[in-house]
Amino acid sequence: MRLARVDARAQALGLSVGMPLADARARVPELAIVPHAPAADEHWLDRLAQGCARYTPLVALDAPDGLILDIAGAAHLFGGEAELVADLEMRLARLGMTLRHALGPTADAARALARYQALPAPDEAAAIRRLPVAALELEAEATTALLRAGLKTIGDLAARPMANIAARFGAGAATALRRILGDAPSPLDPRIAPPPVVTERRFAEPIASSTHASKILAELADEAIEDLAGHGKGGRHFRATFFRSDGLARSIEIETGHSTRDARLVMRLFAERMDSLRDPLDPGFGFDMIRLAVPRLERLAATQLQLEGGAVREAGTDELVDRLAIRLGRGRVRRLRPADTHIPEQAQLALPAIDAPLLLPWPTPEPGEPPTRPFYLFDPPQPIDVLAEVPDGPPHRFRWRRMLHAIRRYEGPERIAAEWWRRKDNAGLTRDYYRVEDDRGRRYWLFRHGLYEEKADPRWYIHGLFA
Amino acid sequence: MRESSSQLAGLRKRIARLTASGGLESRRADGWLASGHASFDDALGGGLAIGRCHEFFAADALDATSAAAVAALLAFRTPGKAPLLWLRTADAGRRTGQIYAPGIAELGGDPDRLLLVETPDPKMLLACANDAVRCAGSAAVIVESWGKFPLLDLTAGRRLALGARDAGTVLLMLRLNAAPTPSVAETRWSVAAAPSRELEANAPGAPAFDLELLRWRAGPAGLRWRLDWNHDAQSFGQSFGEAALPGAVLPLAARRAVASHSAAAA
Repeated sequence: MRLARVDARAQALGLSVGMPLADARARVPELAIVPHAPAADEHWLDRLAQGCARYTPLVALDAPDGLILDIAGAAHLFGGEAELVADLEMRLARLGMTLRHALGPTADAARALARYQALPAPDEAAAIRRLPVAALELEAEATTALLRAGLKTIGDLAARPMANIAARFGAGAATALRRILGDAPSPLDPRIAPPPVVTERRFAEPIASSTHASKILAELADEAIEDLAGHGKGGRHFRATFFRSDGLARSIEIETGHSTRDARLVMRLFAERMDSLRDPLDPGFGFDMIRLAVPRLERLAATQLQLEGGAVREAGTDELVDRLAIRLGRGRVRRLRPADTHIPEQAQLALPAIDAPLLLPWPTPEPGEPPTRPFYLFDPPQPIDVLAEVPDGPPHRFRWRRMLHAIRRYEGPERIAAEWWRRKDNAGLTRDYYRVEDDRGRRYWLFRHGLYEEKADPRWYIHGLFA
Repeated sequence: MRESSSQLAGLRKRIARLTASGGLESRRADGWLASGHASFDDALGGGLAIGRCHEFFAADALDATSAAAVAALLAFRTPGKAPLLWLRTADAGRRTGQIYAPGIAELGGDPDRLLLVETPDPKMLLACANDAVRCAGSAAVIVESWGKFPLLDLTAGRRLALGARDAGTVLLMLRLNAAPTPSVAETRWSVAAAPSRELEANAPGAPAFDLELLRWRAGPAGLRWRLDWNHDAQSFGQSFGEAALPGAVLPLAARRAVASHSAAAA
């Protein structure tokens, strides 16, 4: 076992990343260790990034321990770059985090400065030139080659012709260099794309009451709806983010089946969502900012009322679907859609009603024929004991759920083969389906799983119940 | 004594006021959910009243599919594209099977109209049903429950029925594997599977059902019908082969005579 991370005190005691745990213990017997949990670190970084959304919507993760904020055009809101950094440092300190920051003209330059800068420099350009070549983060071989060639800093490297660098150390070295110097664009991959419609409110004094917070949210919803109306659009996805004064943030999202500009509906859905939260919204020391974003817009023309009064009737169920989907979860309110397969249990898809596309038409019934597919389907099919003629005869009697059913009428078999073109091993058994009716008029759908030439003792199953 | 009689009069007045404004019977039905079976619809005065609650009991646990199909087919007969809400608990799929859209399409229904709502438990089922009946846009609301449903007491049932009346939706309570309990439903049915008319080569024919009217707030109970579903006409036609069962053709005058009697009994 080795050390994955060390803190400042451990570093001062001479411990370093990668050192075997036994050695470290020998040097510092009172060493406190915690198991390395990369997933938890990632989650924590993500939460910090969410909290940093208070400064700018463009926040990118720089795993495992970095965040890149694009504060262009946002710094003046906090009184300047230095004040923004001070605010961030203060909030992180409250969470027990230490911050090493740098400001740079491009994302890669800022990142390199934050991670590799050793000595202060008079200006940014000079600081970048003083960075060691390791800041390019090339492969170990390339870095060694650069050092062997006597190129120790970015400035040394930048003085050479770019074509020579590319020829000798690879195109990757040239690109990385150009990015750090700001000659090539270093695109940021933001954690969340900035939503098209955002309204927010900041408070001088943090608010600790949830009811007050939801009142503010209602005001924000009104503003957002006005904004949407100006665009001729409606929202389908709303996200309320509550920023706590300790730097963390909590998002609550709702979705609607159709685009909406009804602030009352939006607030009702938010209330429904908050009621069904497993861990309720915790104000902690109070919220100092609330933001309502609408990440997903859709065209929504002005609503038309019917001539005889009242809106279109259909709207009622859409609202119901949204409300139930938020209370129960979006997968619990579903519409059925056909799928192009003849395997019965795969022939229908139950999709969330909020966005179930209409894929294919349903099969039309054969005129004059009774239905060949059941009303209720068991998935998975339930095993039954059957008395049937061997090899290919119809069933005579079957036992299901400890009851014996004598079959009076039957039709079949309808032979459904496995989809050999979908499976590489060409496996899967053929099913012989029988539509049967027992002596009391109940109709069942039974099948034998496998032909006798495919399997020695094929089992029988009940797959559905007919009307 | 005088005081109590004046109290009584006050209470009577209050009851009269309640029944005039908010009673279940105070409004005429918004329409009828007709079956397409002439004698069935005639006997009920047009079919199942819309804006009311109707209960369908499966005669036996194994008749669950028949009860569900009768309720669903009646609902699918409503014209237009208005959605049909079907509420059930999440474990219903394992017990009675999943609602199978290709089978519904073959019965002539339009599965695109179905909106399935699965709730984690019966308590949530009741809460969601209360929301669903109050939503005016749906053609019908089907609430499927299995076994005893102690949460659905008279108060809860009345709340549902009032919601359905105010929104003008028809509520079909599907009670599978349960015995009838007192309720405010307009009609209560017991549904069983009936042997189908045989096709060639001894194949089972079109779906057939035995229906018994257990209770009807506006008329006599105890009527029986055998309904055959004809998916081409999308209606419950007259059953073939056998004549209507006795009781199915009750003269109108007799019906009226029993009506007051049964209303008093109810």
